[in-house]
Amino acid sequence: MATLMTPPVVPSLSQIAARTADTDADSANRTTDSTPSKIDVQDLGFFYGETQALAEISLTIPSHRVTAFIGPSGCGKSTFLRTLNRMNDIIPGTRVQGRVVIDDQDIYADGTDVVELRRRVGMVFQKSNPFPKSIFENVAYGLRINGMASSRPELAGRVEESLRSAALWDEVKDRLDESALSLSGGQQQRLCIARALAIRPEILLMDEPASALDPIATQRIEELIYALKSEYTIVIVTHNMQQAARVSDSTAVFWLGRLVEYDRTDKIFTAPSERLTEDYVTGRFG
Amino acid sequence: MTLRRRFNQSVDWAFQALGLVVTVLGLVVLVTLLVDIARDGLSRVSWQFVTSFPSRRPEDAGVYAALVGSVFVIGLTALIAIPLGVGSAIYLEEYSRRSRWSRLIELNIANLAGVPSIIYGLLGLALFVRALGFGRSVLAGASTLALLVLPVVILSTREALRAVPPSLREGSYALGATRWQTIWYQVLPAALPGTVTGLILALSRAIGETAPLIAIGALTYVPFAPDGIWSPFTVLPIQIFNWVSRPQAEFLRNAAAGIIVLLGLLLAMNGAATFIRDRAQIKTDR
Amino acid sequence: MSVSSRGRLERAIEHLLFACASVSILVTIGILSVLVFETVQFFRTVSPIEFLFGTTWTPLFFDKQFGVLPLVAGTVLVSSVAMAVALPAGLLTAIYLSEYAPTSVRRVVKPVLEVLAGVPTVVYGYFALLFVTPLLQQLVPGLAGFNALSPGLVMGIMILPMVSSLSEDALHSVPSGLREAAYALGATRAQATVRVVVPAAFSGISAAAILAVSRAIGETMIVTIAAGQQPRLTGNPLVPIETMTAYIVQVSLGDTPAGTIEYQTIFAVGMLLFVSTFALNMVSQWLRERLREEYS
Repeated sequence: MATLMTPPVVPSLSQIAARTADTDADSANRTTDSTPSKIDVQDLGFFYGETQALAEISLTIPSHRVTAFIGPSGCGKSTFLRTLNRMNDIIPGTRVQGRVVIDDQDIYADGTDVVELRRRVGMVFQKSNPFPKSIFENVAYGLRINGMASSRPELAGRVEESLRSAALWDEVKDRLDESALSLSGGQQQRLCIARALAIRPEILLMDEPASALDPIATQRIEELIYALKSEYTIVIVTHNMQQAARVSDSTAVFWLGRLVEYDRTDKIFTAPSERLTEDYVTGRFG
Repeated sequence: MTLRRRFNQSVDWAFQALGLVVTVLGLVVLVTLLVDIARDGLSRVSWQFVTSFPSRRPEDAGVYAALVGSVFVIGLTALIAIPLGVGSAIYLEEYSRRSRWSRLIELNIANLAGVPSIIYGLLGLALFVRALGFGRSVLAGASTLALLVLPVVILSTREALRAVPPSLREGSYALGATRWQTIWYQVLPAALPGTVTGLILALSRAIGETAPLIAIGALTYVPFAPDGIWSPFTVLPIQIFNWVSRPQAEFLRNAAAGIIVLLGLLLAMNGAATFIRDRAQIKTDR
Repeated sequence: MSVSSRGRLERAIEHLLFACASVSILVTIGILSVLVFETVQFFRTVSPIEFLFGTTWTPLFFDKQFGVLPLVAGTVLVSSVAMAVALPAGLLTAIYLSEYAPTSVRRVVKPVLEVLAGVPTVVYGYFALLFVTPLLQQLVPGLAGFNALSPGLVMGIMILPMVSSLSEDALHSVPSGLREAAYALGATRAQATVRVVVPAAFSGISAAAILAVSRAIGETMIVTIAAGQQPRLTGNPLVPIETMTAYIVQVSLGDTPAGTIEYQTIFAVGMLLFVSTFALNMVSQWLRERLREEYS
C-alpha cells in the first residue's frame, strides 16, 4: 500500500511500450489489438443547436482496456465522452448524427432504454459531485433506484464491495453514516467512483477525474484505474498528457471537434503519424 | 482645502446624516408601534382572554374562536397551496424551462403576485362561496387564501430549486435515474430547507390577511369555534378589526390584546422558519 | 419496472405537474371572468359614462348615484400621501444602505425593514386610528377623526421597505465601473451617487416606485379602519373619505344578496381596481426589463 512518502509508481513510456508489445499483436490504425471492441462509433456528428461540435468521428473502443481522449481545451473530447452514455440528452437543443454501437446495439436508435444504458455505462465527473447524503446512501442510491438489492444485508454487502473496489473502504468503514461532504476531495472522487461501480457497469467513462485533485490523490486515482481495467472498459478524458501516457492503452487525439489520430498510446507519444498529434504531444500548442 | 471642496464635503456629510436619520425612521416607527400596542393591550392579555369566545361585554370577550379559526384556516390553506405551489414550481423549473407556455405561466404568476388581496376575495366569493357552493365556510376561506399565496409559494420554491447545483442532477442521471427519481430523491430533499422557509413566510402572510376573508363572508361575530371545513368561521385579524370598529374603550383594549396574540403567533412562525433554515444549513455544511 | 410502464409513470407525473402549473392560468381567467361578468351586468343598469365620470357615489342610499370618482379620489389622495413618504424616504434609505452604511447598521436595519413589511395591515390600521390620528390632531388643527392623512402616512411606512429594497437592487445592478469613474474625477460620495448612480438606475427605481403605487392603491385595511366611509370628491387630506377598497369591504360586511345592483357595484369597483393595478404592474415589469437589458 503506497504511503504518503513514496514517489508515484508510474510506468515510463518505454515500460508502456514494452508492456503493450508483450500482450497484443500489432494492429491497424482503428483498433489497437484483436481484443473484442466494446464501443463502436460510426461517423458521429453532434450539434448544440446550429453549432456543430463534433464531426465524422469513427473509432472503436476495445473492451477491458483504458482508452484516453486528449486534445486542447474545447476540442470536443468531453462532449464526445458524454455522447457515449447519452448524457447530452439532458441539454435541450442538442442533436446527434451517426451511430454509437455498444454490444451490437445502436444506443441512439428509437426505443433505446436510456436508463438501462446509463446503468451499463457509468460516469465519473471532473468535479466530484457526491450527493449531500451519507457515504452509505451515496453508494446505495444507484442500487435503490435500479432495484438492484432486495434486502438490507444485500445492499450493505454491495456497498462494501463497491467501496473496496474504489480503494476507499478502509478509510470510511467506520463512518458510513457521516455526510459524504465531510470527505476530502480525493476521497469524494473515489466515492463517486464507488457509486458508479455499485451498479455493475460494463463501461466506465471518466471525465478528467483527477484534474481537481492534488498529486497524491491523483496518483491514487490512477492506480485505481489501473486496477479496475481487468473488470471494466474504461474511457478517460484528460488534459494531462503524462497522465494519458501513464494510464492508457490507446489514445485518441481530438482537435476542433474532429478525431485527428487514434492508436496505441506508446505510438501516439513516441511516433505519431499526424503532424498535429506530434505538435500537440510535444507541447507546441494547446 | 478650497472653499468649493469644503462645501462639497459638508454636503456629503449632511447627505450621510440625512440618510441615517431616514433609515432609522423605520426603526423608530416600529418601536413606537410596538410600545403603543403593548401599552394599550398587554394588561388585557391573559389566559381568560385566549380561551373565551367573543361577547357583547368587552370584559368577557376573548379571541378563542378567532384563534382556532385562524389556525384551522391556515392549516387547510397549507394543505391546498403546498401541493399546488410546489408542483407548479417543480414543473416550471425542472420540466419545461424554456417553452413558450411556461414563459406565459411565469408572466402570469408575476402578475398574480401583484393583484390586491381583496380581488382574490371577490374571486373567492363568486367562485367558492357561490358557484361551487362551499358557502361561507372554512373551506371557501382556505381555498381563497391558497390562491392568494400561490404565487409566493411558487416563486420561493423555484428559488430553492434553482439553488440546487446542476452537478447533483447530473450525478443522479448518470446512475440511470429517471427525471422524477432525480427530483424526488435528490433535488427536492436538497431544496427542502429553502422551500419550507418560503412556505412558512407565505403562510405567515396569509395569517394576517383580513380583506379577502371579509369579502367571502367570514363573520365578524362568531361565538363558537369552527367544527369542520364547512363551518362558518372568523379569524384573528377580523376579530381585531371588529373590536377596533367599536367606539368603547374596552373593546379597543381587546383589539390591542388581540394584536399582541396575532403578533405572537407570527413571531412563532417566523422563528420556526429561521430555526428550520439554520438546521438545514448545518446539515449541508457538515 | 419495465421500460414502457416506467415511461408511462414518468409521463403521468409530468402531466400532473403541468396541471398544477396551469392552475395559475385558471386563477387569472377566474378573476377576469368573475369581474367581467358582474361588471357587464352592472353596466346594463348603469352607463359606463356615469360610472367613470360621475361625481357622486351613493349606491347604498335611497337615491342611488353611481359616479365612482369620489372613490377614485379617495384612493388617489391616500396613495399620494403614502408615496410622498415612501418614495423619498425609501430611496434615501436605499442609497444610504447601499452606498454609505457600515455593516453594523445594515445588520440592524435590514431585519427591521423586513419586520415592517411583515406587520399585518390590520395592526397598521389600529396604529393609524388610535395613535397617529390623535397625535396629528394636536399638531394639525381641524383634523377629523377619520381622514386621509393619518392612514396615508402609516401606509407610507408600510410601503417604505418595498421601495427601499427594490431601489437597492436597482442601485446594485449599476456596474461599479460607473461609480469608480465618478470618484476618479474627484466626486464626493454624494455627488457620485446623486449625479451618476441614481440616474443610471433610474428605470429600476421608477419600476420600484410604480410597484409601490400599485401596492398602495390595493391596500385595504388601513384605510378601512382609519380613513372613513364617506365618499367625497376632494383633495383635502384632513377630512373623512372612502377608497375603492374600503367600499368593497363596507358592502361585504353587510348582507347584500347576490344579483342586486349593490352586489354588482363591488365587482365594478373591483374591476376598476384590477385594471389600474394591472396596468401599473405591467409598466413596472417593462421598466425592470429595460434596466436588465441596459446593464447585462
